[in-house]
Amino acid sequence: MLHLVLFLVFGAICVAGAINLLAQSHPISSALSLVVVMASLAVEYLLLGAEFVAAVQVIVYAGAVMVLFVFVIMLLNAGEEERTKGSHVALILGVPGVLAGGLLVAWVLIERSGTQTVALGALPGFPKAIGNLLFHEFLLPFEVTSILVLIAIMGAVVLASSPETKAPGKES
Amino acid sequence: MVPISYYLILSGILFACGVIGFLIKRNIITIFMSIELMLNGVNLSFVAFAAQWHHLSGQVFVFFVMVVAAAEATVGLAIIIAVFRTRETLNVDQVNLLKL
Repeated sequence: MLHLVLFLVFGAICVAGAINLLAQSHPISSALSLVVVMASLAVEYLLLGAEFVAAVQVIVYAGAVMVLFVFVIMLLNAGEEERTKGSHVALILGVPGVLAGGLLVAWVLIERSGTQTVALGALPGFPKAIGNLLFHEFLLPFEVTSILVLIAIMGAVVLASSPETKAPGKES
Repeated sequence: MVPISYYLILSGILFACGVIGFLIKRNIITIFMSIELMLNGVNLSFVAFAAQWHHLSGQVFVFFVMVVAAAEATVGLAIIIAVFRTRETLNVDQVNLLKL
């Protein structure tokens, strides 16, 4: 019962944040509502027992990635976005279509797996267990992601460096 | 006890919000944030399925998705800075040429 109440409360906060992201016209408001979504998702992970994932969600997503977003928004001095007029066909056909598709998927999910329930903290994802899996079974993907992060760092430095400051000897 | 389908429906709602934001938003940074929202929705379904099958692989996958998302955010924001530097705008409607 407590599990269901917590799930519903934080799920509602999550959905409200996601809708607020769409409704706000200033990017900084959207970024802050995305932080709300990520924080409440961390609670949902905790309810499922994924402690390590919840901690990483708060540190990496709500912390590092969103700070990067807010930093770029302030660096570029992004203002209110100009709305462009949407097409009428999209409004008339799109909204009922999305609603119908969503309801169909929800109905199928409830029909097929409605009896399967998950207990509070069903699968404890302690850092020790995750680390064991990560450094034994998933060692190769882990090393590949380290190369990916290295490439991303170099790409970000190359892309974001200003074009005036060329490397010495490359002047033409 | 919460049915596993509730978690999947929440994840679907988040993903749908991300898709809608990707389509209707005109600010390139907000479009990027919608992509992050979609990734978060997928992560929730990974964790829910991990709890259903009692296997930790799902949570390790979420870890990998987060690493890729962080790398993607870094490079994407660098590209946004480069675009802003050459065009002085963040509106995607005005970014319609590959070459200036």
